[in-house]
Amino acid sequence: MSDGPISIRGGRLIDPANGVDDLVDLHIAGGRVAAVGAAPPAFDGARIIDATGLVVCPGLVDLCARLREPGLEHKATIAGETRAAAAGGITTLCCPPDTDPVIDTPAVAQLIRRTAKVRGRARVLPVGALTQDLAGTQISEMAALKQAGCPVVGHADRPIRNTRVQRRALEYAATFGLTAFLPPVDAYLTEGGLVHEGLISTRLGLPGIPEAAETVAVARDLALAEQTGARIHFRGLSTARATAMLAEARARGVAATADVSAHQLMLTEHALADFQANAHVLPPLRTERDRDGLRAALADGVISAVCSDHQPHEPDAKLDPFPQTRPGISGLETLLPLVLRLVEEGVLRLADALARVTCEPADIIGRPLGRLQPGATADVCIFDPQQRWRVGAETLLTRGHNTPFFGAELIGRVRWTLLGGAIVHGPEPAASA
Amino acid sequence: MDAARLQLDRHGNLKHFLTIEGLGRDLLLEILERSEGFLGVARQAVKKVPLCRGKIIANVFFETSTRTRTTFELAAKRLSADVLNLNIATSATAKGETLLDTLRNLEAMHVDMFVVRHADSGAAHFIAEHAAPHVSVINAGDGRHAHPTQGMLDMFTIKRHKGAIDGLVVAIVGDILHSRVARSQILALRTLGAAEVRIIAPRTLIPMQAADALGVRVFHDLGEGLREADVIILLRLQRERMDGGFLPSEHEYFKLFGLTEARLANASPGAIVMHPGPINRGVEMDSAVADGGRSVILEQVSNGLAVRMAVMSMCIGTQNLALSGAGSEGLPQPAGGEHV
Repeated sequence: MSDGPISIRGGRLIDPANGVDDLVDLHIAGGRVAAVGAAPPAFDGARIIDATGLVVCPGLVDLCARLREPGLEHKATIAGETRAAAAGGITTLCCPPDTDPVIDTPAVAQLIRRTAKVRGRARVLPVGALTQDLAGTQISEMAALKQAGCPVVGHADRPIRNTRVQRRALEYAATFGLTAFLPPVDAYLTEGGLVHEGLISTRLGLPGIPEAAETVAVARDLALAEQTGARIHFRGLSTARATAMLAEARARGVAATADVSAHQLMLTEHALADFQANAHVLPPLRTERDRDGLRAALADGVISAVCSDHQPHEPDAKLDPFPQTRPGISGLETLLPLVLRLVEEGVLRLADALARVTCEPADIIGRPLGRLQPGATADVCIFDPQQRWRVGAETLLTRGHNTPFFGAELIGRVRWTLLGGAIVHGPEPAASA
Repeated sequence: MDAARLQLDRHGNLKHFLTIEGLGRDLLLEILERSEGFLGVARQAVKKVPLCRGKIIANVFFETSTRTRTTFELAAKRLSADVLNLNIATSATAKGETLLDTLRNLEAMHVDMFVVRHADSGAAHFIAEHAAPHVSVINAGDGRHAHPTQGMLDMFTIKRHKGAIDGLVVAIVGDILHSRVARSQILALRTLGAAEVRIIAPRTLIPMQAADALGVRVFHDLGEGLREADVIILLRLQRERMDGGFLPSEHEYFKLFGLTEARLANASPGAIVMHPGPINRGVEMDSAVADGGRSVILEQVSNGLAVRMAVMSMCIGTQNLALSGAGSEGLPQPAGGEHV
């Protein structure tokens, strides 16, 4: 799908995996990085992208984005949402297995990959289901799922209730070197809950989800990982205490990683007042202490990736009394600006922040993406770190307008996105992929 | 949208009555004053005032409740409004109609006020946010969130017995966790200057961070919590709490938290006993207490009517009077207050 050779000139190239942060040019040919710095010989006919004043970095890798296809096309489609991903600088995204049907057979995994290849503007990697139909009883054919292109297996946001099944699923996944993406959620403590159990749940009379719903699950799964030697990844931590448990386990050599959804780094339970359906997410927004703990864990590298946790909805899904609304935020196009806000607020240096959305998530799924040394796949994001823009219907490409940042001014806007050397987002109409 | 902004119009008048939160002391006092005036209407030979004449008030109940609906209906009729009673629990939404569709249909009938009861916390807010600009919404109970007219009728009852809320020690006993009534009472008591609001229950029925979130003192021992209390409010215990693992049995609950004459002796000598009803005799309290001299439970019911008339007329009534230039015949005059 690569276009002809391209030279990206005059930009600040930040390639965290290779320790590059410099004003150097990037040259692309044949879908790969041809050279960093001086153009290789015979590069005269290359198309030039003037990146003066812009940051050039690897295309973002998002470990969790729901594209709603197959099964929920009334919410969004692969074609539409990957276009939004490209506009957000995201070139690779993992879609969780809670599609309809569930990604528990090679056929569904292949359908998603094929649709993305034909109509999409981003690399879509399906996360295979750990258990059949995500029912938490019978483990799935993980070897076949791996062969069908699932880099990891997971269980979306539905916890496996039965600890014995969880153990077998982890062991079986480890047999094929598959990392298991786990929701840090105890099913029983979460049941019936809607928001963080604390000040706001008490004030608004909304059923709560206690902190222990996360820490109990994290404790259980760390113990299972330690016992079985399986590699696990907590998808979307929300509590400070869980990050401390993870840090402790990692220090002992447990093969566990974690990510955090971008909104968890910005918002707290106070965003819910009064009954803001767009702040209805799972796991719920928690306290300031939790948000600060998540930020600290991200800075320390205990949490190694930030996700969009993109969940586009049709307007009706949020037009109901709070308890009846569907959880989830549409987040593809706000991921990069929110990560940049962390830099502005002094949580992370720019290169480290970009590492958390490029090479580090790529490492978690074991793919050689999110880096730009010669020979690497030319997935590139070029953004203006100063540009202010307002989140709104006219600026978003995603079908889902369900975001608590709707109407907010964010800083940092993607100008060009290249996927395998082809321009999939740019100021001029992108060539149809 | 924050609670205060949603409930008041741009002149600071009550537009919707969704929660006590965000409403100032003056506004709550105004409700109490007006209620005082409406109390007299019940004793008149003609029990009607024309404050809401020509208005249509719809009781939209998504959760069945005969008692609350009846008092709202009576209040509306005494204000001379036309009343629609819609029991949605058994009609529209059961047919798959969304809440917004139901709302739009009622608006098309030119309804001026929705009195809403719904099992979901936040339902009244949602309806107020999406209702047409001329429509007022009164929350008749939403999930565990709020039941502000109940809260105000309790304040009214307390005030009639104690003169004022200021400086009182009030103990609320029972299932605070699931109680919209308790939340509204606590907010009203604090706004109106109660010296101390206590909640008394086993830990399973006390919400997380209650002390900080609600500004109350938490007790797990009834005797200790009742000490020197001027007002004791008992909450209804739902039977399903036993199945949900919140309590082992009604028997043990009554033994530990049921109000008896003997336990009442801990409270201040003039303490009154209240209950939003319906009472579970032998669970929340002894019959001797329920029917005893300290009990003001039936008075709460009569006061409910006056308070609901006050709130309804504040939301849609004054406007009516101003427009029609109607005289003040039959208009209740609160003691020392001018209010039109």
